[in-house]
Parts: sequence; C-alpha cells; structure tokens
Amino acid sequence: MTYPDYLLLLIGMGLVTYLPRMLPLVALAQRRLPQGLIDWLGQIPVAILAALVAPGLFVTGEPAVITLTRLDLWVAIPTLLFALKTRSLGGTVFVGMGLFWIGGIFLQ
Amino acid sequence: MTPIRSQECKPILYDGFAAAWPICLGYFPIGMALGVLARQAGLTPLDMALMSLLVFAGSAQFIAVAMLAAGSSPGAIIATTFVVNFRHVLMSSALAVHLHGVSKRFLVLFAYGVTDESFAVNMARFRDGGWDRWRALVVHHSANGVWFIATVTGCLVGSLIPAGAFGIDFALPAMFLALLVLQFQSRIHVITAILAAAVSVLCVLYLPGDSHAVIAAVVAASIGYMLQRRKPSDREGAA
Repeated sequence: MTYPDYLLLLIGMGLVTYLPRMLPLVALAQRRLPQGLIDWLGQIPVAILAALVAPGLFVTGEPAVITLTRLDLWVAIPTLLFALKTRSLGGTVFVGMGLFWIGGIFLQ
Repeated sequence: MTPIRSQECKPILYDGFAAAWPICLGYFPIGMALGVLARQAGLTPLDMALMSLLVFAGSAQFIAVAMLAAGSSPGAIIATTFVVNFRHVLMSSALAVHLHGVSKRFLVLFAYGVTDESFAVNMARFRDGGWDRWRALVVHHSANGVWFIATVTGCLVGSLIPAGAFGIDFALPAMFLALLVLQFQSRIHVITAILAAAVSVLCVLYLPGDSHAVIAAVVAASIGYMLQRRKPSDREGAA
C-alpha cells in the first residue's frame, strides 16, 4: 500500500468512525426527546457494555463455540465481584490484570 | 450557552482528570499492545500516530491492523470499521439526553472523543449529578491523549514487552466489567445486562459478521424498557 493510499484509508476509517458519533449528538441534542425514547436510551449503556464484554468471556475459536474453561471467564468472576463491591474503575482494572497475570503463570 | 471563566477551569480539569485516570490506566497497556501489533504488521510510529489521531477507536484499530497485516483491501477495512463503530450511534444518542440545547460547535468537538469507556464514565457521572459538558470533554481529551501516546510508544518500543506480560490481555475485559457495574442503577438494569450478554453470545455463535453488539444492545434495551414501563416504581430504585 502506498502512502497516499494509507492516508485515504485512514480518512475513510476516520469518517465512518466520526460521523456515527457526531450526527446523533447534533441531531438529538437540539430537540426535546419523548420520555419513551429517553427511557429506552437509559437502558443502552448496560446493554451495550454487557454485549461487548460477554462474547470474549464465553466464546472462543473459529467457528465460534461456548467454552466455560478459559482463564478469562474464571478471572472475570472475582473481577466482577470486586467491581460490584468497590465500584472502582481503576481498582478493578488493577485487580483483573493482576489475577489474569497470576492465573496465566499458574496455568503454564 | 455560558462560556467558562478562567477561575472555573481548575476544578473542571481536576474533576475531568479524576474521572478519566482509570480509563487512562486501562488504555496504556491496551494502546501499547496495539502499537506492538502494528509494528509487527509493518506500520511505522508515524503511521500509528496518524491512525490514532484520525481514527480514535480502539477495537476498530486492532481489527484494521490485523486486516492490514492480512493484506485486506481498503474498502473491506473501512466497511468493517463502520460496522464495528456503529454502536456509537446508540451511545451518542444516549449522551444527547444530557447535552440538551448545547451548541453544535461544542458537539462537533465533543463527538470526536465518544468511546465505550468515556461514554460509560460520563453517563454514570451525568446521572449522579454535578457533572457538565466541560468535565465530560476533559474526560474525552485526556483519554484520547493517553491513547495516542500509548499506541505510538508501543510502536516505538515494539518487542521490548513480552506478549501477555502483566495481564495486559485482560485490561480491556476488566475495564468493561467495571464500566458495566457503574451503570447498574436498578434491578432492571441488571436484567438488561444479562439479556444483552446472552443475546450477544448467541449472535456471535449463529450470525456471521460483527453486528452482535448492536443487535444485542437494541434487543436487550427494548426488553428492559418494556419491563421498566410495567414496573415504573423501579425506575429510580437502587439495585
């Protein structure tokens, strides 16, 4: 890939990344939204975060299969409990990475 | 829209950084890991820097680097980026509720930094109160800055860091679990999360492509919304 091609690629990627972030903000922030839509959007954060994290914990391989024996899942349980107990973002990242690191050493 | 006065800057920056540092803590190892992979795929630190500036989107950047290494066409990479980042339509729509009446100029700048992580932190803070768009913007730009530095650093130091060291591979899942917990405000939120996780796993198992996150989020949020309507007393209740 030549450099102009690479730059064009980045500009294309940048546009399809930026526009879905910008257009809804500009379109929706200027008007009063119906309460039903606000309530529905209130469910979006939990829904999307759970939808993003779950496959990485439960699913592996190509073709995809459910696997309940991976370290990711077993580290996720104490990490989730720590997060529920402390509601600390930084602490949870520390604890999760530490447990995963130690777990990986033990499994070697 | 009221402009900020200089004496108000300090607490805004302080609050913004205080909210953003855990994101940065997670971004550093993840960004470094991306930089290392990009180096292996033949990208220079300058290539990496340009990508992180123009395409501030962690997961899409990981996929793009892997596709570049595999020799995919630019069209395929851009299409994949679009699908992977389409979820931000939902996030920006949810953020718009808290940015009612804010000027377009601000929103155009603000939109650049909407990521899964900054979205989750800012939504939790907006709901708890005492939060405003300037503090949210500080979260965006400090996370963006750290991401930029981390990805370029990873590209520069390349192979100095052994693969899998310090639990780097779990930084992102751990951050997502904590961000998820921060969103739990009522029992219905927990139910929505469990539903979304289940639908997302099913989509990954049985649907081709990368649409699982958007499909699962829309399905689970809709069911959660219907449950909430049937039981309005739970709307403001604690979990």
